[in-house]
Amino acid sequence: MKERWTTFAQDAAQKQEALFDIWLSPRITFESPEAEALYKERVTLYKDAIQMRVPKRVPVAPSAGSFPIEYSGINWYEAMYDYKKLSHAWEKYHTDMDPDAFNAPRTIAPGKALEALGLTLYRWAGGGGLRNDQEYQFVEKEYMKADEYYDFIDDPTGFFINTYFPRIFTELEPLKKMPLLPPIHEIPMMPGGLIPFGMPDVQGAFAKLAAAGNDVHQWLAEVSKVTLSQMAKGRPGFSGGITKAPFDVIGDSLRGTRGVLMDMFRHPEELMEACERITPFMIKFGVASCKAAGHIMPFIPLHKGADAFMSQDQFKKFYWPTLKKLIIGLSNEGVVPQLFVEGAYNKRLELVDELPRGKVVWWFDATDMEQAKKTVGRTNCIAGNVPLDILCTGTPDDVKAYCKNLIDVAGKDGGFMLVSGAGVQGAKPENVRTMIDFSKEYGVYR
Amino acid sequence: MFDKLIEAITTMQEEEALALTRGLLEAGADPVGILDACTQAMEDVGKKFESGVYFLPELMMAGEMLKQISEMVKPMIQGQGEGKKAGKVLLGTVLGDIHDIGKDIVGFLLDVNGFEVRDIGIDVPPETFVEEARAFKPDVVAMSGLLTLAYDSMKDTVDAFKKAGLRDGVKIIIGGGQMSDRIAEYSGADACARDAMDGVNLIKKWTGKE
Repeated sequence: MKERWTTFAQDAAQKQEALFDIWLSPRITFESPEAEALYKERVTLYKDAIQMRVPKRVPVAPSAGSFPIEYSGINWYEAMYDYKKLSHAWEKYHTDMDPDAFNAPRTIAPGKALEALGLTLYRWAGGGGLRNDQEYQFVEKEYMKADEYYDFIDDPTGFFINTYFPRIFTELEPLKKMPLLPPIHEIPMMPGGLIPFGMPDVQGAFAKLAAAGNDVHQWLAEVSKVTLSQMAKGRPGFSGGITKAPFDVIGDSLRGTRGVLMDMFRHPEELMEACERITPFMIKFGVASCKAAGHIMPFIPLHKGADAFMSQDQFKKFYWPTLKKLIIGLSNEGVVPQLFVEGAYNKRLELVDELPRGKVVWWFDATDMEQAKKTVGRTNCIAGNVPLDILCTGTPDDVKAYCKNLIDVAGKDGGFMLVSGAGVQGAKPENVRTMIDFSKEYGVYR
Repeated sequence: MFDKLIEAITTMQEEEALALTRGLLEAGADPVGILDACTQAMEDVGKKFESGVYFLPELMMAGEMLKQISEMVKPMIQGQGEGKKAGKVLLGTVLGDIHDIGKDIVGFLLDVNGFEVRDIGIDVPPETFVEEARAFKPDVVAMSGLLTLAYDSMKDTVDAFKKAGLRDGVKIIIGGGQMSDRIAEYSGADACARDAMDGVNLIKKWTGKE
């Protein structure tokens, strides 16, 4: 079989420029010529940082997380079920705090749609069984069993339809009966292929999907308003689209942490093959979701490759090969992967420092930013990492001191975006405000 | 005769370790000796972790082997008692937070390191921590939390221990994704564990196992 995504393409830089042009000149109506100029100025700050030039100043935006919910005085139930309140909360937060980029409320999924499908992968306020003040939380289990690797490897899509969705959505149980699709390609196979679609329970499952789809459209109509309004005011999005590292796809919500760690010993070949198998899906999905948003940076949260989860050899063997393919696959379409390293990569910095200049953004949580600057930061933009413990329990002076040092160290000579180390839920509003105001002022390159 | 078993465990040869145990039992080996060999192997694995050769996956795998071997061996040593435990740890995820994977990993590692662990679950209110501590009399209380809302829940829980007059009798440790020394200080806990094994090692030190 031909190995794909092993080298960076010659025309990747042109494709990146084309996507920057689209991000820089969106087809929207700005509130004023000043707002349009501000939008372009801000996109240029980010573009300069990504392409390793020295911008006018350090671009600054905390990762909103679910902070706008508490900031606007609503609870989680309202945020997930009353879409107007949700969009109002995000509108208010961004307009009040004035960061250089906005985060759309798209991570706050519509509760009614999740309920219609009977999602069990998460719990959430309202129909998901949590109290109204609790944020949605992941329920980790082995949703794919160790002996199902080849079902997945042979046909990932079929595995999701026939096995995974019936497990994580109680209302989609009848999808177990769905036929294998590729065999349906000649007339003798067609009647058999259609039998499941005439079954009342399968039809019922599709009706539930239609209902959930309708809920999502109602939600989308509201949350899209935030995007349009914020852009019209002169604020670009911080990211557009999303994808994940192949190992995390398998480790997070298919095998679970414990399952995937054991698989390294019990099923190493299957685990690596599964990561390879899911890679093209994650590349295509990242490119498509990013382009649909008119953006250039898809958000890519990195989980189980962090220092604390595995050794360097295990990272080299199981995690990095397919993450690197994902990065190359995205870059070759002009997209700039926004690699959000949760936990720390202090031991990985030298190993992952093999990418060409201006291809990715390394957004760090607890990684040592000075080391990051000296390694991956020489060729690619680094972002980060105002810690949540300071934002939640510190004083504005603590925040200033941290941001000052961060800009001095990580911001030196450009190639840096100032972001929080994680979503800023739980932060003191005055600390979030200080992080933005102080850094905008102190981060000017002279 | 236990050397091969120790080697199989320390080199992560699960099937071989189980087969060797079966063979030893069939040959009439002393079951207590098998458990001692496991303890020796776990110490070797721990040392390799300390020196940066092994990581979480090996700790989990070694623990997994130990568990299976114990299940095979224990029926044969009933009545001989369980041996002295290294210490008692009360473990739970704090109020508002329902994440359990980090807590479960710590609980598992403590268990295979010889601690008596009482896991009181997730979303545990401060008063429940206190009630459970009164009944269980732990040496250490370990609080887990992934979310930032856990900062205040941890603080409230430590305060509840103070109010109940139990704070001086226990060591309190915290751990989780966004936890730090700053949060240990903020909440009034004694320490923050950087990761699961760091937590186990701290607890070992406190309880005098090391």
